[in-house]
Amino acid sequence: MATKPIGLEVSIAVAEAVKLCDVDVVAAYPITPQTHIVEHLSELVADGELNASYVPVESEHSAMSSCIGSSATGARTFTATSSQGLALMNEMIYIAPTLRTPIVLAIANRALSAPINIWNDHSDIMSVRDAGWIAVFAENGQEALDLTIMSFRIGEHPEVLLPVSLNIDGFTLSHFIEPIIMPEKSEVDAFLPPFKTDLKLDTQKPLSIGLLAGPETYTEIRKATDDILVRSKKYIKEVFAEFGKAFGRPYNVVETYRHEDAEIILLTMGSISETAMTSVDELREAGQKVGLVRIRLWRPFPVEELKEALGQAKIVAVVDRHLVMGATDGPVSFEIKSLFYGAPKAPKVFNFILGLGGRDVRRADFKEIVQRCAELDKVGQKSFEIVGVYE
Amino acid sequence: MLEIRFHGRGGQGAVTSAELMAQTAVGMGKYAQAFPSFGPERRGAPVTAFLRISDQPIRVREKIYEPDVVIVLDPTVMSVTKVDAGLKKEGVLIINTSHPVETVRRQFNFTQKIATIDAMAIALEILKVPITNTVMLGAFSKVLGQATPDDVRGPFTHRFGSALGPKNLAAFEKAYAEAKMEG
Repeated sequence: MATKPIGLEVSIAVAEAVKLCDVDVVAAYPITPQTHIVEHLSELVADGELNASYVPVESEHSAMSSCIGSSATGARTFTATSSQGLALMNEMIYIAPTLRTPIVLAIANRALSAPINIWNDHSDIMSVRDAGWIAVFAENGQEALDLTIMSFRIGEHPEVLLPVSLNIDGFTLSHFIEPIIMPEKSEVDAFLPPFKTDLKLDTQKPLSIGLLAGPETYTEIRKATDDILVRSKKYIKEVFAEFGKAFGRPYNVVETYRHEDAEIILLTMGSISETAMTSVDELREAGQKVGLVRIRLWRPFPVEELKEALGQAKIVAVVDRHLVMGATDGPVSFEIKSLFYGAPKAPKVFNFILGLGGRDVRRADFKEIVQRCAELDKVGQKSFEIVGVYE
Repeated sequence: MLEIRFHGRGGQGAVTSAELMAQTAVGMGKYAQAFPSFGPERRGAPVTAFLRISDQPIRVREKIYEPDVVIVLDPTVMSVTKVDAGLKKEGVLIINTSHPVETVRRQFNFTQKIATIDAMAIALEILKVPITNTVMLGAFSKVLGQATPDDVRGPFTHRFGSALGPKNLAAFEKAYAEAKMEG
């Protein structure tokens, strides 16, 4: 088993993981901060190190269209994008799940315009939240690499056959150089069998996909897609467990840190979680009972796991990286509140938004949140609060 | 944990410096993290890069606000950027300059320890280009005792190839031999 880390840019690690997965087709359009991923893949293909078709399309809409077509023929397919690129893909993003095309899409998460901004938050992924994709968030470079490999295995699972979005915070993760263990090709081959499916476009066994569905079947087809997505959690957990056994790095759909006796639990997604962990350590040293719960699997939403992880806390501070205009909560907070609505013993849920458009997320921000929770405990909170906003 | 901030201008390799040093540290079995101050990068504009080196896993991704070390690749940025902002009292400045330490200290009111190196002269002599990053890494490695020429050989060769790798190593070695802390 490969165990020695090398210092590597996370984007490059993701591209190398895609290579280790023997992808057949990459169709992509460059956009900051995702560009290094597909740039590196195009080099690998051009240099003959990766035997794949690289399709340099003219837009992200075409990228996702090509990916759906290629995946529908049974080819292992990858693309990557960010922000406005994902927005331009939107029409095709909604089509991939119901056509059961297990594309892997790396999103180097970046703010949506306007104002134009190339930096990190989660507004891009939230704009396709309801599309039916499996969505996972990486916390660090090793996870980004590991989840790339697992995403193919999960999406292509015969009981799943759904596209997977792998969310990597733009810049604060994608552009970091950090220690990453690169698995051996033989290890990846043993873990990830070739993609095989009977549900594919094949000239020998012709079939049609993506046809018109009238009012008498549309509801059932949409429900079937949702059923599969919800059911996929079981297989995602199996793949996580198998990966842990094969590579020695265990994964869960929800991760916890010092949460067991915590009165206040911070709930986070993505790369800010490491900074939050350090904040938790510092707050614990100062005698405060604070813990962290991190969502790795965003869709399907891990209802039972989150109920268990958060249920004993007095207060849950939900940290969102996206502002839902005209509403009371961020997207994660809405989920957590509905999770506990009507429950006899429920934690108080307070919502904080931070790190929009690349504003630095610091240890001090989490300390401020914890301090604010103590005040809100007495007076309640009507709607989300933005940490560190100038008004 | 050692926190280092690099100041330079676009094109001088501040980001590459942080990256090479992180790769060197990881190769030596330590934990390290390097990242640029992300922005629209333009040749000649002031740029910042960050580096953390630690014996423990690094679990923080915020920028470095209170560095232990500040490395100035280009002396002209000191007139437009307060390079010692947040620098710890017991911290160190490593500055590329041809001027004596006291002149620099007086001009910018630096209060921390300073190490100077005429990196531009070394770069022009050995590399024949005004790119000071690997020279400054030589000075840093010596002053902070972080890495030896042997430690950086691998990462340099990987990054610069067989033609430029040895030249950059020679530039590193010269700075490694010449750099010294003031006093």
